[in-house]
Amino acid sequence: MSERQNAQIREVFDTQQVWKGFCKLAPISMFVVVFGAAFGLAAAQQGLSDASTVAMSALVFAGYAQFAALDMWGAQVPLFTLLATVFAINARHLLMGATLYPWLSSMSVRKRYGVMTVVSDANWAMSLQHYQNGQSGLGVLFGGGLALWLFWVVGTWLGVAFGSGISGGSATMERFGLDMVVGCFLLAMAFGGEQRLREWLIWLVAGVVSLLVWGVLEANSYVVAGAVAGGLFNVLLHERKSQQTEAKP
Amino acid sequence: MMIETTGNSLIWLMLAMALVTLATRWGGVYVMSMVPIGPRGQRFIEGMSGSVLIALLAPMAVKGDVGAQCGLLATALAMLACRKPMVAITAGVCAAAVARQVFV
Repeated sequence: MSERQNAQIREVFDTQQVWKGFCKLAPISMFVVVFGAAFGLAAAQQGLSDASTVAMSALVFAGYAQFAALDMWGAQVPLFTLLATVFAINARHLLMGATLYPWLSSMSVRKRYGVMTVVSDANWAMSLQHYQNGQSGLGVLFGGGLALWLFWVVGTWLGVAFGSGISGGSATMERFGLDMVVGCFLLAMAFGGEQRLREWLIWLVAGVVSLLVWGVLEANSYVVAGAVAGGLFNVLLHERKSQQTEAKP
Repeated sequence: MMIETTGNSLIWLMLAMALVTLATRWGGVYVMSMVPIGPRGQRFIEGMSGSVLIALLAPMAVKGDVGAQCGLLATALAMLACRKPMVAITAGVCAAAVARQVFV
């Protein structure tokens, strides 16, 4: 996205935009219901009570982190290991907040953090795509986030309420390809924006770096490494370009 | 430090998980509002925005199982063919499911 586009975007953030965003993310949220149900099911199998499972989905609202927490669940859990794991898996939110900041900075502080409370992979990717196509993305971010949150909680509830007859939470999910929902969504968003050679080069750098780091360093640090590499590469591209323009008479 | 997963300590545990997650949701914006951003910083963020997506996806595509690979491939092809995200995602999920039935 260029500076020219940024200046042209008129920020609209009202109830109508939020509702539009809600409706836009509602179809993908159907998949989120199934994802949530799988979590509810898996949590019940780990011995979590129904109420606390639904409460966890409502309060934490972070699917991968919640599944990871279940992995170490028992009568007792290691507090710091658990919290460190949750932080590592959710560290990508930090990058999401930073990438949206140019647009969030036009909002009041209260609204800014209110909107970010429901940020998740899907609504972040879609709002970024809106900006890349020169539209306002805050309605999608907040309304879409509300949709994702609602369907995540409803799905979890369905899982704990009606899951007793079904066995094998995450294995069932994988058999039906449902663990791929978020990945496929993110890929669809990446292809939905405008791509030029510049973006492809940045993506190449980000992809290669994340692959190099994957499995070598701590869990999930590959996301941060790849993203930072892509950012630095974009800075370098610009410096080289401006040097070339200066060299011309 | 081990903590019980019953009664009050369970409530505290979940609140702690929620707070850590919220800190990640708010932290990026907070840091950005504290640090003044010049044109370089802006370009860094611009480059980073798409890179987060790719950095998440690349290991999934390369190191994932055959189901994950077929799912992503189908999504990409469907997206190039019709540009409709929901169609592409559905195609991806179905492809992953079919691939796992066939190859596993």
